[in-house]
Amino acid sequence: MTWKKLLIPLASVPVILLLAYGFWTDPKAIPSPLVQKAAPDFRLADFDGKELSLAGLKGTPVVLNFWASWCYPACYDEAPLLESTWRKFKDQGLMVVGVDIQDKEPNAREFIKRFNFTFPNGPDPGSKVSIDYGVYGVPETFFIDRQGRIAYKHVGALSPALMEEQVQALLKGR
Amino acid sequence: MNRHAPRARNRAGVWATGFLATGLLGLACLLPGFARAAAPADLEDRVREIASEIRCVVCQNLSVADSPSDLAKEMRSLVRELVQQGKSPKEIQDYFVSRYGEFALLSPPKRGFNLLVWVLPFLAIGVGAWVVYLVVRRWTESSVTGRPPVDPAYAERVRRELEEREGH
Repeated sequence: MTWKKLLIPLASVPVILLLAYGFWTDPKAIPSPLVQKAAPDFRLADFDGKELSLAGLKGTPVVLNFWASWCYPACYDEAPLLESTWRKFKDQGLMVVGVDIQDKEPNAREFIKRFNFTFPNGPDPGSKVSIDYGVYGVPETFFIDRQGRIAYKHVGALSPALMEEQVQALLKGR
Repeated sequence: MNRHAPRARNRAGVWATGFLATGLLGLACLLPGFARAAAPADLEDRVREIASEIRCVVCQNLSVADSPSDLAKEMRSLVRELVQQGKSPKEIQDYFVSRYGEFALLSPPKRGFNLLVWVLPFLAIGVGAWVVYLVVRRWTESSVTGRPPVDPAYAERVRRELEEREGH
């Protein structure tokens, strides 16, 4: 008889545990399986017609940013930071590369002009590079270390503090 | 000389068999290629089949095959390209999982913690059926045994009050 009384509370324990697990995990946090792994190689022809590849940047820390001119306001918010980071750290060996995804070329060129981008930016025909990097949307930024590994991935607009911290970590890494 | 003759014949036989086997194997390898080239509809079916198992990562519960979004369209072309390169459905799924994690699969793989998703609904149906069985058994038992005995004093009071009501 007593086991019957215990049955309901006992049966509810796993249900409560399952709910607790569900409530404590963030359904929006989808960790990228690429972090701490080798960054997939990519080839881009930038808007100036120059070829660019990750293999060609071997030994160089890279900030790889995915953006689009239609991505308002996040891409507009972080654009000046990308340019200022590039200007500040390019002499220390940092590379900043922009990948423009699912965009119209005139709009993309307008965006580049608006923010005076001087680092290489190229379109991603067929979203090949984006899919290879497991990109969900824009903006997303990958911090690739000198060994060609993805050290960190950021989803959403970058903050100056996060950018500084990640770039310093990349530059320090040997 | 005599002893060598059968061996030579044997060797020729082995070579002939070898040629035949290689030829057949080569033909067998080429055939699927011909079949694929000859039947583009078949290619589209395979692309659809694979794409319907891959999640459109920018949608709500839609597969790459069903979503009209740009990214899904481009993922579909990538699936087509990979099929044309001769990649198996498993290899294509693995590629998307390596990029997006298991989230890229529309149905979670049947292992580990995910098993709960597959087992719990059936468990819930089983437990529910058991509870329904118990409840129905209790109902039928109580209707078989009949109504519980009524306190005569109480029955008398109900009768009297009903009479009073009707009297008014």
